[in-house]
Amino acid sequence: MVDYVWLIPFFPAVGFVINGLLGRKYIKDRSHYPGVISVGLSLLVAILVFWEVAFGRGGGDVVLYQWIIGTGLEANVGFLIDPLSAVMIMVVCGVGFLIHVYSIGYMHGDGGYYRFFAYLNLFMFSMLILVLADNYLLMFVGWEGVGLCSYLLIGFWFQKKSAADAGKKAFVVNRIGDAGFLLGLFLIYSLFGTFNFIPVFENAHILTAATATIITLCLFVGAVGKSAQIPLYVWLPDAMEGPTPVSALIHAATMVTAGVYMVARSHVLYSLSPYSMAVVALVGAFTAIFSASIGLTQNDIKRVLAYSTVSQLGYMFLACGVGAFGAAIFHLMTHAFFKALLFLGSGSVIHALQGEQDMRKMGALKPHTPRTYWTFLIASLAIAGIPPFAGFFSKDEILWQAFSSPHGSLWLWLMGVAAAGMTAFYMFRLIFLTFHGSSRVEPEVAHHIHESPNNMTIPLIILAFLSVVGGWVGIPEALGGSNQIHHFLARVLEHGAHPDPPIHSTSLEFLLMLISILVAATGIFLAYHMYIRRPELPARLAGRFPGIYQALLNKYWVDELYQYFVVNPIKRGMRFLWDLDNYIVDGAVNGTGFITVLNSRLSGIFDLYTVDGAVNSMSTLFNNGARGFRRLHTGLVHNYALAMVFGIFIFVSLYLFFI
Amino acid sequence: MIPISHYLTLGAIIFIIGSIGVLTRKNAIIILMSIELMLNGVNITLVAFSYHLADLTGQIFAIFVVAVAAGEAAVGLAIIIALFRCRATVNVDEIQLLKW
Amino acid sequence: MHQIFFWGFALLAVFSALMVITRRNVVHSALFLISTFFWVAAIYILLEAELLAAIQILVYAGAIMVLIVFTILLIHVEETKIINPWQRQRPIAILLGVFLLGEIFLILSRALFPESIAGTALQQVAQEGNTEAVGKLLYTKYLFPFEVASILLLAAMIGAIVMAKREIEK
Repeated sequence: MVDYVWLIPFFPAVGFVINGLLGRKYIKDRSHYPGVISVGLSLLVAILVFWEVAFGRGGGDVVLYQWIIGTGLEANVGFLIDPLSAVMIMVVCGVGFLIHVYSIGYMHGDGGYYRFFAYLNLFMFSMLILVLADNYLLMFVGWEGVGLCSYLLIGFWFQKKSAADAGKKAFVVNRIGDAGFLLGLFLIYSLFGTFNFIPVFENAHILTAATATIITLCLFVGAVGKSAQIPLYVWLPDAMEGPTPVSALIHAATMVTAGVYMVARSHVLYSLSPYSMAVVALVGAFTAIFSASIGLTQNDIKRVLAYSTVSQLGYMFLACGVGAFGAAIFHLMTHAFFKALLFLGSGSVIHALQGEQDMRKMGALKPHTPRTYWTFLIASLAIAGIPPFAGFFSKDEILWQAFSSPHGSLWLWLMGVAAAGMTAFYMFRLIFLTFHGSSRVEPEVAHHIHESPNNMTIPLIILAFLSVVGGWVGIPEALGGSNQIHHFLARVLEHGAHPDPPIHSTSLEFLLMLISILVAATGIFLAYHMYIRRPELPARLAGRFPGIYQALLNKYWVDELYQYFVVNPIKRGMRFLWDLDNYIVDGAVNGTGFITVLNSRLSGIFDLYTVDGAVNSMSTLFNNGARGFRRLHTGLVHNYALAMVFGIFIFVSLYLFFI
Repeated sequence: MIPISHYLTLGAIIFIIGSIGVLTRKNAIIILMSIELMLNGVNITLVAFSYHLADLTGQIFAIFVVAVAAGEAAVGLAIIIALFRCRATVNVDEIQLLKW
Repeated sequence: MHQIFFWGFALLAVFSALMVITRRNVVHSALFLISTFFWVAAIYILLEAELLAAIQILVYAGAIMVLIVFTILLIHVEETKIINPWQRQRPIAILLGVFLLGEIFLILSRALFPESIAGTALQQVAQEGNTEAVGKLLYTKYLFPFEVASILLLAAMIGAIVMAKREIEK
């Protein structure tokens, strides 16, 4: 058994407490010691746990203590150890540790250094609780915890209004999703009488298709909010206001994948409702293609990556929706590697350019920042789906399942492939604009360009290594691999993983694979053509199709649409209520007030002469009397004590002689 | 065999001696000590009844009285020290703040 | 035998108590107070309350008296002259005390006490000893008052620290 699993979230919690309580006064610039060491220890324990699960067949439900005991509602603080959570803790701790190390260099010298590490550790704690929880209620605790940390870290530089606003936006949009999640939890509890995963999934067959659909859709609303899918994705691009390591850790590798994890964890419920599966798949596919198209024209390096993240999350939901939960988790893992690497690489670029994020003011950085360039290139190849990098295997499994699974269809596959082509295009557009071509760097920044320090580049190199080999655990049978991760996860997900489709042949799988590689290569080539060979072409295209270009550049005006259709009507409603208040309610109140004033004038006259006269004469009486009694009030404790004893004497006398 | 009234009388005498001390002495420390005397007088009464009625409750109460006396002594002495610090005296006759 | 002990202890206790309130020197008062506590403890032993006698000596004579003596060390005091006519209450106070004592004697002389059952009962005490019996009662029937007393002591401790602490100069 793995009883020591509680240590995994425990270490970051300790780190948070140490940095949170002592950081400001005592630890200051050494805050990374508790921060990084605690996560490192967690990583070690996570490796042990993973080893047990993978090879020792350990695992199971470790109940720490009874959290809520009462009539009706019961919940434990317990950790469920199985292949799914084992993979998740490896991803969270592994990527988290590298990003912590990276942050030492990136955040160095920031005024809120201790605060940063305290928040990061709190985040690690919440995220680990989320993925380890053995019931929905505890999962919700972690779910809200990561939301809180996301808010705190997006608004980390809260002096900047845009950062504070972005934090609020993320928080509010997430609330909408969380409301749905919470409704789902209530439904689960009312139907099963427990929150624990194991009894809920064992008894899942009691659900009718309709109730299963409602529950899963409620849960999916939560996943949509947390994982930034249409229509609640709007917070994620703005979340890039936070420090870059935060974008890498929270808004790319871990937190935003919580929705995918939750859907995969609840796959038993989802499998009961074909309707929900279709919704998940459609939302995922549509998000993938939609946000990839926005990414084509963005100029802010981190925003491109943010839309790319939304798009990749769409892929994962697409996989969930067609029943390929294992493929979704596989892609989640490889995506964590290469997207964290991309964000950290962009952070390194921004660091080199002293905070510049606009790609139009970059270019030709390759000779200055070689390590960043090569690792970034590897990550881009991985995300574009070029073999043998990690992204190829996971993305291809998703596409294949989207085509061949009973829930899939040709249309879903086409949307996926189109998104893949766009992904390849915008990633290499980013690379060419940033590292190649002619330098458009501001002159005063230009001669400060430097490669980042070792504690930033070494995590990049490790992540680059993982971005290459991370996919090799899932080489499909069609390519002669054994798809180990699929079989590993099947121990949990076999219920939802669809049986191998015998109808489709291996040659078809090969063909589809080839098509997707070709599409990706076309995307890369187009980017090369447009930004290296004919740099004037993008502007001409933009001039030729101004409508499309403007739509993409302005992100389809979704923020404006929300402003117009959601925020403004609410504001107008409030305005109306205010007017109502102002004229009708206030009018009534003021009228009453006027009458009262008139009335009180009259009474005032009466008061002044009749009542006051009586009161004043009374007070004169007391005043004169008090002058005499004041003498008794000596202020000496002794006198008062004597009076008390005298009182006792009187009472004893009364008792003796009169009763 | 000593009748219970002897013990009660002893308790009463010590109690009255204590209260006379509270009423006549001016040194706050001695007043505090006199209060301890009064508490002891009460305790003797409690324990005497406990013995004569063969009921341990009296002793329990006496223990609580001791606990309260300890708390009272700590707080009282702290007040005296604070008082001495700002008035340079612990003579209760010189402290007339109650009269305002 | 009991008689001799009782009268001896009682007279000594009353004598020491009188000394406490009549000595001019505070240190003498404190020393006589300690002796009073000892004699009262002896009375407790006569009443078969051994635990209370031990507590009397440990807590009163030990802890509280140390506190008082320390305070005397910290604070240099002497009796001052009378400055306010209202302070001349000593004769009244003594008179009042004597009257009150007389009344208590009167009550005691009139009162009818139930037949003493001392010695016959308290089998439990005979078996287990006074300490164990009191302890059991304290932790079962009187557990809640016991907890309240501990809260009280905690509050007193915090209060004493806060009040006696020297303000940090700014």
